[in-house]
Amino acid sequence: MTSSPPQSLEDRVRSIVAEHRDDRGALLPILHAVMEDMGHVDPAAIPILADELNLSRADVYGVITFYHDFRQTPPGRKTVRICRAEACQAVGAAQLADNAKERLGVGFGETTPDGSVTLEQVFCLGNCATGPSVQVDGRLYGRVSPAQLDGMLEVGA
Amino acid sequence: MTASGQVATVYVPRDSAARSVGADEVADAVAAAGRPVRVVRNGSRGMLWLEPLVEVETPAGRIAYGPVAPEDVEGLVAAGMLDGAADHPLCLGPTEDIDWLRDQTRVTFTRVGVVDPLSAGDYVAHGGLSGLRRALSLSPEQVVAEVTESGLRGRGGAGFPAGIKWKTVLEAGAELKFVCCNADEGDSGTFADRMLMEGDPFTLIEGMTIAAWAVGASEGYIYVRSEYPDAIATLRAAIGTAYDQGWLGKRVLDSELSFDLFVRVGGGAYICGEETSMLESLEGKRGMVRAKPPIPALEGLFGKPTVVNNVLTLGSVPMILADGPAAYADLGVGRSRGTQVFQLGGNIARGGIVETAFGITLGDLVERYGGGTRSGRPVRAVQVGGPLGAYLPTSRFDLPMDYEAFAAADAMVGHGGVVVFDDTVDMAGQARFAMEFCAAESCGKCTPCRVGAVRGVEVIDRIVAGVDRKKNLKVLGDLCDLMTEGSLCAMGGLTPMPVKSALAHFPDDFGTTTEEGR
Ligand SMILES: Cc1cc2nc3c(=O)[nH]c(=O)nc-3n(C[C@H](O)[C@H](O)[C@H](O)COP(=O)(O)O)c2cc1C
Ligand code: SF4
Ligand code: FES
Repeated sequence: MTSSPPQSLEDRVRSIVAEHRDDRGALLPILHAVMEDMGHVDPAAIPILADELNLSRADVYGVITFYHDFRQTPPGRKTVRICRAEACQAVGAAQLADNAKERLGVGFGETTPDGSVTLEQVFCLGNCATGPSVQVDGRLYGRVSPAQLDGMLEVGA
Repeated sequence: MTASGQVATVYVPRDSAARSVGADEVADAVAAAGRPVRVVRNGSRGMLWLEPLVEVETPAGRIAYGPVAPEDVEGLVAAGMLDGAADHPLCLGPTEDIDWLRDQTRVTFTRVGVVDPLSAGDYVAHGGLSGLRRALSLSPEQVVAEVTESGLRGRGGAGFPAGIKWKTVLEAGAELKFVCCNADEGDSGTFADRMLMEGDPFTLIEGMTIAAWAVGASEGYIYVRSEYPDAIATLRAAIGTAYDQGWLGKRVLDSELSFDLFVRVGGGAYICGEETSMLESLEGKRGMVRAKPPIPALEGLFGKPTVVNNVLTLGSVPMILADGPAAYADLGVGRSRGTQVFQLGGNIARGGIVETAFGITLGDLVERYGGGTRSGRPVRAVQVGGPLGAYLPTSRFDLPMDYEAFAAADAMVGHGGVVVFDDTVDMAGQARFAMEFCAAESCGKCTPCRVGAVRGVEVIDRIVAGVDRKKNLKVLGDLCDLMTEGSLCAMGGLTPMPVKSALAHFPDDFGTTTEEGR
């Protein structure tokens, strides 16, 4: 990492928008880029995006809230997503989900109070013959046993 | 070095299902095994219960080993794996002779698992581009006619004839037209789009380029769900290579065609697989379903004439153009022509990709290919066609996989996913989940879907709890009818299918008698 001076939220958002200036219907690619850069879409970014893209704040807010991927609060240090769809249900996904909630003491969509883990549900990861499936920080795991899941939930790991 | 003095070529899949069960670690172990090897990260052959499946190239063809754990590699190498030795319990013999694979008819998936997905040289050496070259030697009208003659129908679920859609777009007068590939693949139990994009991305690119020529489009978008990061990365890399090779961009293969192709990433919303919702999303908006008409072929992306096709539909086009429409149409039954890439998942002993002509029975797929359940318990129910598809009992295993035969049985083939459950499944729970899923994923535009699904969960809970059972069964039936009749799209319109099929075939799970269940 080179040490560049810290950019303000506004500068970062405007420079992301600039990179997508030529994209048609650029809001989704921009929101994904903001998520990648900052881990979440800070509500303070909404008026900046609206201004840059010539949209109303309500339009931008509406898009952010429509899609499960875009969150407005920072996630935990680790994000664990458990597949709850049918093919994984058939091989024990419900038990994995229950175990995770119990161990972490949070529900789906929540982050542990110490900020270590965000737990999410997901409907299918395209790994339906090698389930149950879990995604940890974007990395996919298949045939996940309860013991393996315990390891993934390990705090500080 | 191998015994014959050559550097051994070893294939370890980069497919995300293989990676999810340790393929990267296996590839590292093979590379570190102490002998010089060339490791190729191929796509998966689709025998997912054998992943990670390692193949070694020998003069007698590729020899398979699987499922290989990283800690197996040392022993395999000691036993002569790098020379293709058979003397190890994990050796499966020549890959092509494994009957599960040998008995399939691989058309769309012909190169998946065979080639290095990102090698342009491999692609051309294995027949790539011959479809596009032939298409560019024909007029757009001729290409559309061949796609129509092949009988190819949309693989995304609805089964609409691809040629008719293309003809509409071709005949629409407009300066700007689009080709959009629906790679949202949200159905549980389906992963063929993903495996084609990860295992042979140039085929999809070629199919879209042929579509662009056929309809007069200059720009294309592949809308991939965000749950597929590996597919997104592979597609982006492949598109970069295709530009470098002159397969995309200005004057494709020195023809008059110019075509630019972009990857767009979804936002984790199931409804964005519905084509008009996908178009809204591509325009940067909420994925609210549009009323039809106008149809996307006439007023699609940004109001322009647009082809929207599934990955497998577009991925079948290069073979159809290369080998001629008759070869494709010769496969299949009735109005379901060609092959379908079936996907076996859930509680299944031998899960994966079975590409075969339409007409194979459900029982053949689940038992002959699938080998029954992974748990070893009896099969009780099979859901075909994703979360909006019917639950079928084993007594329906005689059903041929054919759009019309399934429709006649109040079921659907959909995107070809087959999800198996053993006898521990609670079918009232599955029916409840169908409603819960609809409530969570509804775009919210119409009341029968948005509110009906929430009511559906409550009513099923009451039935199972034995509260006013008879009355609530009637309420559930009426609610299903309302959703079927009154929903704008198939999300609300088809959610009753898993619910009603569960009730019809497994009434005992709802704590009721068969009479009441009906
Ligand atoms: C709720 C819903 C979800 C859908 N999801 C997908 C999908 O993930 N992929 C897909 O190709 N088609 C999906 N479809 C079907 C599309 O609307 C459309 O029919 C298809 O993309 C057309 O391409 P095809 O003719 O090649 O199948 C879905 C439809 C509905 C109603
Ligand atoms: S049926 Fe559901 S998903 Fe489809 S348009 Fe209506 S509310 Fe939206
Ligand atoms: S249902 Fe879990 S990965 Fe597909």
